[in-house]
Amino acid sequence: MSVHSTYETLRHLADSWGLLAMVIAFLTLVLWPFRPGNGERHRDAANMIFKDENDGE
Amino acid sequence: METVLTRAGWWLAALLIAVVAMAAAADSGFAIHMAIIALAAFIGLWVSLGRTDYGALARGFLRTPANPGRYDDDPVRWGIVATVFWGMAGFLVGLYIAFQLAFPVLNFEPYLNFGRLRPLHTSAVIFAFGGNALIATSFYVVQRTCRARLAFPGLARFVFWGYQLFIVLAATGYLLGITQSKEYAEPEWYIDWWLTIVWVAYLAVFVGTIVRRAEPHIYVANWFYLAFILTVAMLHVVNNLDVPASIVGAKSYPVFAGVQGALVQWWYGHNAVGFFLTAGFLAMMYYFVPKQAERPVYSYRLSIIHFWSLIFLYIWAGPHHLHYTALPDWAQTLGMVFSIMLWMPSWGGMINGLMTLNGAWDKVRTDPIIRMMVMALAFYGMSTFEGPMLSIKSVNSLSHYTDWTIGHVHSGALGWNGMITFAAVYYLVPRLWERERLYSLRMVNWHFWLATVGIVFYAASMWVAGITQGLMWREYGADGYLVNSFADTVAALHPMYIMRAFGGILYLAGACVMVWNVWLTIAGKLREEKPMSDAPHDPEADRPIAVLAE
Repeated sequence: MSVHSTYETLRHLADSWGLLAMVIAFLTLVLWPFRPGNGERHRDAANMIFKDENDGE
Repeated sequence: METVLTRAGWWLAALLIAVVAMAAAADSGFAIHMAIIALAAFIGLWVSLGRTDYGALARGFLRTPANPGRYDDDPVRWGIVATVFWGMAGFLVGLYIAFQLAFPVLNFEPYLNFGRLRPLHTSAVIFAFGGNALIATSFYVVQRTCRARLAFPGLARFVFWGYQLFIVLAATGYLLGITQSKEYAEPEWYIDWWLTIVWVAYLAVFVGTIVRRAEPHIYVANWFYLAFILTVAMLHVVNNLDVPASIVGAKSYPVFAGVQGALVQWWYGHNAVGFFLTAGFLAMMYYFVPKQAERPVYSYRLSIIHFWSLIFLYIWAGPHHLHYTALPDWAQTLGMVFSIMLWMPSWGGMINGLMTLNGAWDKVRTDPIIRMMVMALAFYGMSTFEGPMLSIKSVNSLSHYTDWTIGHVHSGALGWNGMITFAAVYYLVPRLWERERLYSLRMVNWHFWLATVGIVFYAASMWVAGITQGLMWREYGADGYLVNSFADTVAALHPMYIMRAFGGILYLAGACVMVWNVWLTIAGKLREEKPMSDAPHDPEADRPIAVLAE
């Protein structure tokens, strides 16, 4: 494959399927915390650092 | 006995290789570096064979608490001491080069000229001060949030000492003129290889501790630390793909040439800002701010969105360093668009940090450590607004190559990275040394104000200098010629450079107060002082103004 066609292939991949895959991955990861029932889990996670006094000793 | 012999054997092998490389060296800089490595190997050999218990000596010197504790905190203690030490070195060199710019007579050729001291300053503050703070706090936070002892304790110690050797090699290299001339990636090939080994060990210790965790959920601070470690590994390796000119010489040549090389460099350079100075320090923010405020983070959900948006957007922002260069237009625009989009997650994170204090805002008045954290977040917000603005091509045509960029970097570095690190140091020292409290809380307050006023002087003078410079450079007369020569702009900026150096004096003075405070806290002293006064309630004065007027 010539250098030029490598560039073309990668560029087409980047602005079609590659872009789509990145957008889907991003949206999935960002919408994941909004699924129902996660509020409780997030409250626990946020408070987890206070569970032990004196850094767990 | 057998392990002692094996270890001594390894040290001896390293010593011999370094001595042979020194003898065969193609240039004097490489020979000096091999001598430093040989010295390090000799010290290692001495310590492993000697009868003295150097561990006990170090514990005595550092006043390490007798109680070994549930967690492995020795590397964290060393890391905090190293952070403070390298911070002072980096700030001092920064102040010196600020004076060099104002008074060029201070350039001492060749070792102490601006060109060699400037990378010494940037690497000292970013990689030595910031890097030690990140390694130390990550070892502290990952153990607490995972409720697990540090995995691979020997490797963790190797990470600490290996990283210090990297710093010494990089710093001495700059003074000797050994450089790749790539911003923030100046160290030459053999130092890069060494850092790669240390970094992989760091990753192993961090991931190993997460794997051993007793807590089902991985706290969000660890996500940021892990993103920082992984991305920096990737950036460092790709940007340092070089071919050494000689296997026993300092010089190497990069694999990527021309504009491709420039793009790889700024993909690295901007993500060094994004993942080293942002993601890593955000990890500190997500642990130390809630702990010091004694309140959970404002929105855990927002912290996850903050994380993924930062990861997905930052990596594309690098091309904004190459506006109006040979880089294709579409790539420049891509860099600009992603930089502007970055504004949102950055402010999301800032709001998340600040709103953690919701309902406890009085702590800003009564707790100088919280005050430092709030100022750090305010500067994070300020510089993550300024950055996207500067990345807009038309703004960049005025600001690029001027001191505005320097002002922007320093409001981020002094304001955000510096302040959050100082706050973390003040949080950690009494806990790590099992002291009742810091030596003095009032001195933290002094540090806060000296640093804040110092940054204001620095940033404000550089805004004025940068815009002056940009406008003078682009000024055309009626005859179609440039109005100002370069030397004219330098003369115009002189007062601003002195003001900047004055800001640097204040910032360094604040850091000196920190050294004093940390030193005496470690020594176990408590300063007798009036408590940080909370304005007492005066019932006499507490009535409507209308009544007073009668």
